[in-house]
Amino acid sequence: MVINLRVWRQEGPDSSGRLVDYTVNQASEHMSFLELLDVLNEQLLQSGDDPVEFDSDCREGICGSCGLMVAGIAHGPQKRTAVCQLHMRSFKDGDTITVEPFRARAFPIIRDLVVDRSAFDRIIAAHGYVSVTTGSAPDANAIPISKDLADDAMDYAACIGCGACVAACPNGSASLFTAAKISHLGLLPQGRVEASQRVMAMVDQMDVEGFGDCSNYAECEAVCPKGISIEGIARMRRSYMKGVLSE
Amino acid sequence: MAHSARQSQVHSPRLDSKVPSGLLQQKWDIYKNQVSLVSPANKRSHHILVVGSGLAGASAAATLAGLGYQVTCFCIQDSPRRAHSIAAQGGINAAKNYPNDGDTVWRLFYDTIKGGDYRSREANVYRLAEVSNNIIDQAVAQGVPFAREYGGVLSNRSFGGAQVSRTFYARGQTGQQLLLGAYQALSHQIAGGRVKMLPRREMVDLVVANDRACGLIARNLLTGELERYAGDAVLLCTGGYGNAYYLSTNAKNSNVTAAWRCHKRGAFFANPCYTQIHPTCIPVSGDYQSKLTLMSESLRNDGRVWVPNDPHDERAPEMIPEDARDYYLERRYPSFGNLVPRDVASRASKKECDEGRGVGETRLAVYLDFAHSIERLGEHTIRERYGNLFEMYQRITGDNPYQTPMRIYPAVHYTMGGLWVDYELQSTVPGLFVLGEANFSDHGANRLGASALMQGLADGYFVIPYTLGAYLAGHNQSDQVSETHDSFAAVEKEASDRIDRILHNDGDKSPTVFHRELGRLLWDHVGMSRHREGLESSLQAIETLEDEFWERICVPGSADRYNKNLEFAGRVADFLELGSLMARDALRREESCGGHFREEYQTPEGEAARDDEAYADVAAWEYQGRDPILHLEQLTFESVHPSKRSYK
Repeated sequence: MVINLRVWRQEGPDSSGRLVDYTVNQASEHMSFLELLDVLNEQLLQSGDDPVEFDSDCREGICGSCGLMVAGIAHGPQKRTAVCQLHMRSFKDGDTITVEPFRARAFPIIRDLVVDRSAFDRIIAAHGYVSVTTGSAPDANAIPISKDLADDAMDYAACIGCGACVAACPNGSASLFTAAKISHLGLLPQGRVEASQRVMAMVDQMDVEGFGDCSNYAECEAVCPKGISIEGIARMRRSYMKGVLSE
Repeated sequence: MAHSARQSQVHSPRLDSKVPSGLLQQKWDIYKNQVSLVSPANKRSHHILVVGSGLAGASAAATLAGLGYQVTCFCIQDSPRRAHSIAAQGGINAAKNYPNDGDTVWRLFYDTIKGGDYRSREANVYRLAEVSNNIIDQAVAQGVPFAREYGGVLSNRSFGGAQVSRTFYARGQTGQQLLLGAYQALSHQIAGGRVKMLPRREMVDLVVANDRACGLIARNLLTGELERYAGDAVLLCTGGYGNAYYLSTNAKNSNVTAAWRCHKRGAFFANPCYTQIHPTCIPVSGDYQSKLTLMSESLRNDGRVWVPNDPHDERAPEMIPEDARDYYLERRYPSFGNLVPRDVASRASKKECDEGRGVGETRLAVYLDFAHSIERLGEHTIRERYGNLFEMYQRITGDNPYQTPMRIYPAVHYTMGGLWVDYELQSTVPGLFVLGEANFSDHGANRLGASALMQGLADGYFVIPYTLGAYLAGHNQSDQVSETHDSFAAVEKEASDRIDRILHNDGDKSPTVFHRELGRLLWDHVGMSRHREGLESSLQAIETLEDEFWERICVPGSADRYNKNLEFAGRVADFLELGSLMARDALRREESCGGHFREEYQTPEGEAARDDEAYADVAAWEYQGRDPILHLEQLTFESVHPSKRSYK
């Protein structure tokens, strides 16, 4: 199949960018979207042009490295799928597809489609953990946890930290990302001990990083490759309010 | 060359394994009782460089910082949370015996050493089994949401090579959850200022001065700057070299460069020919393919592997009646059936396909069928166990595995070989420690499923905190040099020259072209089965390819910015050198064991024929250009008797 691409090219964080048109004549429906970009890059290399830079690593939808706006949608048109697992069979021969980076105030562009998502790491470092040092753990079966609770926690723990939620949000909010970690840990007895400090610290850090507020658009849930529910955001807000009131 | 190796089979004095004396079950306790400790005040004055943030690196960095050491941790991704450990699906083994099905530390040890075809060191493997239970405790305390039973206790499942259920899991995302646990522990230490985390850094060389590792050169992947870091010890936690084959289940950035650079600075490379070809991966579909996707081994708990009896049977799989199917694993290995270890399962699939019974368009696939399990347990249960894997399969292939069998084929997945380390995880360069998949130590010639996560975390959480102390307490700190020392300048200059050479070469071929070609050579000749002729010819071909690389490599752009092609070119150059060593090592080992199958050495039934008399050893190679020097560590078995490995 033939695919036309309009790709965002930007030299560096401070330069201005623009959309550039390319055509890949040798596309196949079995290709992943990133493999299509690989083919484009080989083409560019052969003609002596700079390849399009983008982040990717595992290419099986779990590491969270990749993230592109494909046809205006974070990770592209296929639901619950990271862009590395989006396959060309989702497109038609002759389609023109626009490819842009994840855009948000808190995700500065590094080059082309590569953005800086280190703000997420700082949100986790704010208190996205259980403060247990190595060696001090009791027997793993010492605290029984109901299957339902463990399953709920796992639903939130499945977050891959890709940033699609931020890119899709009109406010550029990181609420779904932050709420996922707060819910994962807060649902489990191990994490409940520090639940209150956790929510205060992480929400505050989210603001420091320049992410916007949540206004319940739910665009984040719609694009999340792991289908994480915005119920987590409600939980996060409740515990944040509780924390504020008890201060 | 193989002949001279055979004649010179003596234990090399350079390979002192430092295994403590005493009963196998007591060695680790004896070690811990006698090891020197570093006082809390002194810990603060020691700076440790941890390269890599996967299970081994993140757990080591978090634990050492928690003990009071100053730690700097490097990773090539934009965040430590993305290390490739994250992609492990199926589970992690531990000898908890919660199901009361007869498991013990001894059994986990025994299964692992037998699974490795008696090519690993007893004492290391026993220690691994011993600390396995602590790992589960630690992970649960961190909030890792392992699967649970309705009563609230942890759930277990079985994996290949074992007859007990000892595998803990978090859906099909166990690696992700364990890595996030370690990443969060690391983040806790970063927040406390005890770990300095440097993402988007690639270690490009090791700095050795006064005969010890004293630092490294890293390239800042955003600015291209070469940076110097001095430390009292370097911990290499950079994973395996499966990407040498180009197509593998490894992530795109997984590479051998850091380990290979250390090898060139004096760290011996052990058993490079031991690579694991995983039996259940989604088959290759085209030339553009950039990587392969694994389908967890756990699927073999409920999936049955088969091919049609008749190679010309063109019916859709669900239309083929039972009596026209060959469940060849169940037929050939009645006691383990579909749960034979990976090497055995992979070779069996290859044999079926080689003999023409493969299925699908390329004929390089076999069926993995869930119909019976769905009938027995209901679709709901199967969805609960493997839902995310089924979804992933459907996304990639367009087929629905609830309705039609999966098509699978083996793919490169893991490397058992790696830098040689002693019992303390120290390489042949003093002060350079190697953890996790990057070392060679625990899996012998074949790794059992759910043992990689166990080893990475064992090394990082529970082994290195003790053994690093022994090194630091025994060394004179005045040997330590700073970043301004000449040795840093010299190594940095070499790194920068190498980059210039790649960038300013007036070539016409991209790194991917060379990488694909190397991958093809390795897969064809140093893959699932090997023979002398093929190995000799591939050795030649790889060296020629390497020469061509330096003549024709073409990388656009400059060194002072984000430049993925430049990164990849450097890695391909190192894979080319490693590729020769893999072939050389496979050529020297004139026996079949685990993942290393030499066609000349097989039993009449086509099983691997091991030669304990000549090859019960570790082949550790010392770098010397294209003429590496072989050193041998003889493996001695005091507690188990190497038996013929049978799963029949």
